[in-house]
Amino acid sequence: MKTVTIKLKKVPTLYLECESVTPDKFAGKSLEAIAALPCSEGKSNYKLGDWFEISGSAGATAEETKIDVYGPGTSKCKYFGAWMSAGEVVVNGTADMFTGSWMTGGKLHVKGDVRSFSGLQMKGGEMLVDGRAWNYLGAAYRGDWRGMQGGLIRIKGDAGSDLGTFMNGGTIIVEGNVDIHIGTHAEGGTIIVKGKAHRRVGGQMVKGEIYVFQGCDVMMPGFRKIEEREIEVDGEKQVFNVFIGDLGERHSKSKGEVVYGHLYTLKE
Amino acid sequence: MTEYIIKNGHVFDAVTGHKGDVADVCMKDGKIVDKVSNSATVIDATGKTVMGGALDVHTHVAGPKVNLGRWYRPEDKFRLGERCSAKIDPKTKIEGGFSIPTVYKTGYEYARMGFAFLMEAAMPPLYSRHTHEEIRDTPIVDEAAMPVFGNNWFMFEYLKNGEIDNAAAYVAWMLRQTKGYGIKCVNPGGSEAWAWGLNCMTVNDPVPYFEITPKEIIAGLITTNEELHLPHSVHLHSNNLGNPGNYTTTLDSLKIAEDFKPNNNFGRKTVLHHTHIQFHSYGGTGWGDFESKSKEVMDYVNKTPQISIDSGSVTLDETTTMTADGPFEYHLGALNHLKWGNVDVELETSSGVVPYVYDPKVKVCDIQWAIGLEVPLFAADPMRTMITTDHPNAGPFTRYPRLYAWLMDKKYRDDLLNSFKYATKVIDATYLAEIDREISLYELSQMTRAGPAQVLGLSGSMGGLAPGMNANVAIYNINPDNMQKGIELENAFARSAYFFKDGVKVVENGVVLDADPVVKKTYWVNAKVPENKQVMHDINEKFLKYYSVNLDNYEVIDHYVPHQEIIEV
Repeated sequence: MKTVTIKLKKVPTLYLECESVTPDKFAGKSLEAIAALPCSEGKSNYKLGDWFEISGSAGATAEETKIDVYGPGTSKCKYFGAWMSAGEVVVNGTADMFTGSWMTGGKLHVKGDVRSFSGLQMKGGEMLVDGRAWNYLGAAYRGDWRGMQGGLIRIKGDAGSDLGTFMNGGTIIVEGNVDIHIGTHAEGGTIIVKGKAHRRVGGQMVKGEIYVFQGCDVMMPGFRKIEEREIEVDGEKQVFNVFIGDLGERHSKSKGEVVYGHLYTLKE
Repeated sequence: MTEYIIKNGHVFDAVTGHKGDVADVCMKDGKIVDKVSNSATVIDATGKTVMGGALDVHTHVAGPKVNLGRWYRPEDKFRLGERCSAKIDPKTKIEGGFSIPTVYKTGYEYARMGFAFLMEAAMPPLYSRHTHEEIRDTPIVDEAAMPVFGNNWFMFEYLKNGEIDNAAAYVAWMLRQTKGYGIKCVNPGGSEAWAWGLNCMTVNDPVPYFEITPKEIIAGLITTNEELHLPHSVHLHSNNLGNPGNYTTTLDSLKIAEDFKPNNNFGRKTVLHHTHIQFHSYGGTGWGDFESKSKEVMDYVNKTPQISIDSGSVTLDETTTMTADGPFEYHLGALNHLKWGNVDVELETSSGVVPYVYDPKVKVCDIQWAIGLEVPLFAADPMRTMITTDHPNAGPFTRYPRLYAWLMDKKYRDDLLNSFKYATKVIDATYLAEIDREISLYELSQMTRAGPAQVLGLSGSMGGLAPGMNANVAIYNINPDNMQKGIELENAFARSAYFFKDGVKVVENGVVLDADPVVKKTYWVNAKVPENKQVMHDINEKFLKYYSVNLDNYEVIDHYVPHQEIIEV
């Protein structure tokens, strides 16, 4: 795998839209061609070379290309790794909105935090965040009804609210705590929260699984406990309280199949 | 003003009778002229197609429901995960959105395709100020809007009692107040019945409380229209839209027009325009045995010279449906469980907005697509048949080029037809596979230029290249001697080589140069009737009693319509 290193020359005043920073766009291009890719700050159009010092070399295909991004000011850059399909992107710092959104493959590693709307509508690939995530992680784009469909998101720290809205597949793992509105409208997929959640977990959920290891402050009224069971989650076997939501029964009338949203909390 | 002469182009124009022969077109001071001086700028159109500026007879590009669509579908600017916003050009404003684009994108995209005039098809009279504000902000293209009358309390009462004079006085007053163009009628009676939780599914279902039938409403509106000698005919969206087996209702509605004769000074030969007829040409008893009845409907249209139609062709995209047919939108919202918005506009009409995905993998959507193409292909008289997508209901207007390519290239549409998941079932349920007809460029110029201009009563100034007409000229990179096929034809229509609006060059090689020099005009009809004390008394009374606004806040004052083109009747 060949590596392209890009380093921001200065901190952007407004936010920089870096849709071009993906292995798909870099693959098979010379450094001059990479420097000529478009990016924009606010309404002004620039080239990547105007903002970044670019070194190294790109692989022939996206799979063979790795992009290393260095600051200062990565926290003022949006769209890192958005729409990427293969290869690897490493952001050495915090990334702003839409990081890893609409990903279909490849690996994205953010060593700082990610801000709101990251990992939106992911279809595949892997996103690892060492810091924390803000709101709307792995959710649907606002207004849309097609959320995350595949792939894996792992957050080492806490996450904000509205995680996994309209989720339809894939896995989100949060090793810290989360805020309200988790897995709203979910129709599939798995959300694992190793800390605790506030309120409104699994609202309008018809299918899919949510694990909240340390429990929710207030349970949604639609859920009822059916059993206690030992389950292996993220490599650990533990005994969970199993709850099912009531919306699956209503859902079954139109889809012809009885499904339930599942919510699991650790048995104390 | 600059003079232009377009040399050596293949001209297609039903008004002057050019059928692809090489001819020169001259422009001076915003009008087409016979000849220009030697200093005129020469545009070389060798091997290119020259047509007049196109007219869209039915589109939803301004007004409260379009704006509601923009509010509640933020995801529309990402289509299939891609951003649909163009990057900013210094001379033009930012563009965004796909099925419900911003006003700027609307104006620019229409201009790039060579359109000069749009008819905003449904304006709730109460919100006409807002509609005109959006029309004002849409660059380049001329526009007009039709207020909706099919569910109006005043009209119900006058037509029920047979008071045509009062109805005419009310329509004239309303056109003046709202700066409207003609009489639009959406689901006559049905949208009002929906306020009672009911609908009018046939032309004989009475409206609750008012006890008037859709048949009486349509006949009354046509009588009123001809009494006022308005330039456009009644613009009808009939009852029972979008339901299997609704073609009988459509035929019943069309038959009402048989008894009427056109009465106007604008060259209009029709008394009824039935819009988006694709949605009204369904057979079968349910979605399982859903089938095309376009042949039956079009046979009737072909032999009845008083009727014009537009197709409302489905383009198989994700789009946003919006119509004043309230009950239908409720029904659709319950069908696809996505999002649903409905509103009742006081005494006048109602409206709804629901997103819809025309999925090529779904049999019903494919049959709808086929019907949308059969309608223009079955048309005997291209002057009475227009191609529309009922933007954005059956598809966004930016798909017109694709629609033209499907109609003009049998292989292009058959390849798509055969690639469907349920291709054999779709072919069995439709006529499309049997049709060999390919629309010619001349027929296309009739369907998109001369035809709509005649139906809208604008044939004196638009839709052709005769001297004295507005200098709206579109030049496409299409050589009629060696026509492109499929996707290349589509691209040629999508980005015109040149487009002149009122003698100003606004588009070159598909790029909008500068919209500022173009004067964008709003057309409206000033119908004069003798003063009618009875109607003014009724209006004052209803405003005091029921309306949420004051009568003085109702009128669209000139401030909202800076460049008016008033048609005096």
